Amino acid sequence: MEFEYPIEGGDFTRAGMASSQVKKVLKQLNIAPAIIKRIAVAMYEAEVNVVAHAFKGTMLVNIMPDKVFIKFIDEGPGIHDIDLAMQEGFSTATESVRQMGFGAGMGLPNIKKNVDELQISSVVNKGTTVELTTYIS
Amino acid sequence: MKLTEVVNKLELEVICGEDLLENTVTGGYCSDLLSDVMGNAQEGQVWLTIQVHNNIIAVASLKELSAILLVKGLKPGKETIETAIQQGIPILRTNETAFEIAGRLYNLIRQS
Ligand SMILES: Nc1ncnc2c1ncn2[C@@H]1O[C@H](COP(=O)(O)OP(=O)(O)OP(=O)(O)O)[C@@H](O)[C@H]1O
Ligand SMILES: [Mg+2]
Repeated sequence: MEFEYPIEGGDFTRAGMASSQVKKVLKQLNIAPAIIKRIAVAMYEAEVNVVAHAFKGTMLVNIMPDKVFIKFIDEGPGIHDIDLAMQEGFSTATESVRQMGFGAGMGLPNIKKNVDELQISSVVNKGTTVELTTYIS
Repeated sequence: MKLTEVVNKLELEVICGEDLLENTVTGGYCSDLLSDVMGNAQEGQVWLTIQVHNNIIAVASLKELSAILLVKGLKPGKETIETAIQQGIPILRTNETAFEIAGRLYNLIRQS
């Protein structure tokens, strides 16, 4: 089962909507609640990162019998140093984004903690791809 | 404990979600950083925060929190309330600070 959602950079009023939709689908498929909770955290953080840090992107979801694969592709500034970005507390979020409660530098660490496989690739001034894999059986 | 009991005992204002007060409260989580809540709050907890923008609803919904409790008399915007109703997240409000209301909520839950 495959579907995709567009994500608009800077549109904080809709941030998390795509993740909420996917969570509903996962529930309908009777995937274990504990696994859905972990996927929800990870995809929300990845979705918000596109909103907060990139210009626009797409969330691609592929639900297979044994795993859920979610890929975020964005056009944006890219990530200069992925190891640094993965560190808890590191954030380049702007002041206005911080005032809404983002920018703790906990998003990527949250993703790492909640998926089985995390793959990030990025080209500076071009964009970032984040791939999340969660095994469900 | 039911949310309705929390609302009554702590004298909270219900901004929206009157129909959801039968939700079960398992505890509370106090934070104004959304990723902190995403990473550490648990299902069924009441979330105490000063954040009022629309984004708090997606967090509460994805984490299946029992309610959002705005402290220090903060008011959510119209959009936040509309999204909360849509997503089925009760928004509560108190004039007390997070420190004060968290203390009272903690005692209430501990005694139950
Ligand atoms: N899609 C992206 N495009 C460009 N930069 C990104 C992207 N995702 C993450 N980053 C960079 O990595 C940093 C760390 O990301 P992380 O999600 O951990 O924290 P944050 O988004 O800054 O804050 P939080 O997630 O706690 O609200 C970001 O501040 C940003 O510099
Ligand atoms: Mg983030």
